[in-house]
Amino acid sequence: MTDTARETWLILGATSSMARALARKLAGRGATLLLAGRDMEDLEATAADCTARGATSAEAIRFDARDPESFPPILARMQALGGTPNAAVFVGSMPPQVEIDDDPAMLDGVVADSFTGPARLLHGLAPLLEAAGAGTIVGVSSVAGDRGRLGNYVYGAAKSGFTTYMSGLRNRLGRAGAHAITVKPGFVDTGMTWGLDGMFLVASPEAVADTILKSVSKRRNVVYTPFFWRYIMMIIRAVPEPIFRKLSI
Amino acid sequence: MTWKQCDYTGWGRVYHARGELARPERASALARIASQTPCPAIGQRRSYADGCLNDGGRALLTERLDRFLGFEEETGLLEVESGCKLADIVTHFGRRGWLPAVLPGTGFATVGGAIGMDVHGKNHHHVGSFGQHVESLTLALPDGPREVAPGDPLFAATIGGLGQTGPIIRATLRMQKIRGDVMMVTERRIPDLASYFDHLDASQATYTVGWIDATARGAALGRGILEEGETGPGLVPPAKRGTRVPLDAPHAALSGPVVRSFNAAYFRRVPERGRTVVKPLEDFFFPLDKIHDWNRLYGKRGFHQFQCVVPLAEREILRAMLKDVGTAGLASPLAVIKRMGAGRGGMMSFPTEGYTLAIDFPARAEAPEMIRRLIAMCFEAGGRVYLAKDAFAEASQMDAMYPERAEWAGILHSIDPGEAYATDLVRRLSLRSLP
Repeated sequence: MTDTARETWLILGATSSMARALARKLAGRGATLLLAGRDMEDLEATAADCTARGATSAEAIRFDARDPESFPPILARMQALGGTPNAAVFVGSMPPQVEIDDDPAMLDGVVADSFTGPARLLHGLAPLLEAAGAGTIVGVSSVAGDRGRLGNYVYGAAKSGFTTYMSGLRNRLGRAGAHAITVKPGFVDTGMTWGLDGMFLVASPEAVADTILKSVSKRRNVVYTPFFWRYIMMIIRAVPEPIFRKLSI
Repeated sequence: MTWKQCDYTGWGRVYHARGELARPERASALARIASQTPCPAIGQRRSYADGCLNDGGRALLTERLDRFLGFEEETGLLEVESGCKLADIVTHFGRRGWLPAVLPGTGFATVGGAIGMDVHGKNHHHVGSFGQHVESLTLALPDGPREVAPGDPLFAATIGGLGQTGPIIRATLRMQKIRGDVMMVTERRIPDLASYFDHLDASQATYTVGWIDATARGAALGRGILEEGETGPGLVPPAKRGTRVPLDAPHAALSGPVVRSFNAAYFRRVPERGRTVVKPLEDFFFPLDKIHDWNRLYGKRGFHQFQCVVPLAEREILRAMLKDVGTAGLASPLAVIKRMGAGRGGMMSFPTEGYTLAIDFPARAEAPEMIRRLIAMCFEAGGRVYLAKDAFAEASQMDAMYPERAEWAGILHSIDPGEAYATDLVRRLSLRSLP
């Protein structure tokens, strides 16, 4: 097996349940995993789990979207691990909009977590994929980024920025033979949504992970998961602004 | 959010509860909940009645804490989080030549649940109960995590301890080396109960279990099919993915005549001279798991399972029980007989040497009275009922059935005087009352 036949995956925000589900499935097919996040104890547990499930290797590394100092060691480690470089980004934070309204300084953190932090790291990673002429970056954005809504427009704005970044990255990587996929989940049954009112058509983290892997092998561009969110968002985007501004959806 | 208001039931869907549930995704979140708001942990809710319910209170779901934390090939020690499902372990380690030493009839049960109920399997006569193969475990107590191991009274109170010593964070299991990841199963017809006892007594197989036709009467009373299994090398297609029961079945689906004809056909499925078949591990250990939500086959009103164990010398009481069940015409196709060894892991463990009989009953109006009669017979014979399944026993019967109960309650009092871990089962049977 050549070195590039081996897949290496950087998972950013690997403590989330969606990321954990994806890491497990990648482990099952023998990938090399670099699990990045803040809760090292939890990352170590997931790394052990992935190793037991068949990963070539799985290790934990510190990543804090708000601390760019944590980025270079991750890039260096990806370089050292070799194989075809891939990444999946699951980071983001969604404090209740009312808390941000009370303390506008929180806005910076939301944007760093959901957009600028991961984008800056991916900017460092892109040359690795270009050099390999292969590999995929999966950016998990959100349907919340498709239109600013009363309930979470700061989070939505950050995700919208990230979606636009992913679109440009896809444009760039495609020229070198690599690829980028934007994934927009609707409601997913995670710790973030547990006990929240108004949840419907909730998808399991495993289903989202399956969709991601399928999208990678099919080189899809923008993926809504579950698929029907594409149509829900099409309708929401089509509502004329004079009407939309009076809605609270 | 940490808490979510939920309606939930036990596997039999007769008992209900309403209360706030938390579902931590990290060990640190579990530890925080365990210290700030201690409450019982529940796994996959495969206990049949109220052992997994805390009506009006809070409970902790362990399903998102289900990781393998480490496996040593040299020793066979596997460390896992408590929400890990047994089927997950079988699927991943079976092909590597290892199995949990003890497997109950469903792979959906979690490691935490298997410890809390000290479950037994088809090889109980050789290796004992699940808890006897736990090297150590870590409890999330209000003042922090505490690791306990055999020899510690808190360990003996935890094995089979119905979750009353607090949430289990993780456990280390001693796995068993197997000869191959395929099951060789010999099935033979057993004509009646006397013959059943003889065959169970004589069976030398690693795994032995008997299906019994609880609708049979007269000369055929106690007839069934004995299954004896051994692991071995071989090739079989992998276990198929399950199907779901899409809706609650109508009540007529399990009416007397339907069950009687089903059982007769099921009995004749195995040729008169017997046969040996090869199966994937999962199909042998977890035969019903292929039909997800099979409890819905019993319809909206749900079902009960009665399971007891009686001492070897009292085995004729099983004949009286089967007679009563056959006459009442209430039984479902699911009935199991097995000879148990003496192995048990904790103070409140169900297993003890003797014969165990388990029968499912649709929750019809006559069921409670029928099951109470069976419990009374078991009690008179010096046996005990399985608390993971019990719905109708009485508090007054507990000290005879579980002689270490009072001592157990004393240990619990020292770590949880406010009874924060109590479940509906524990309250119904006053299991934590002090002498």
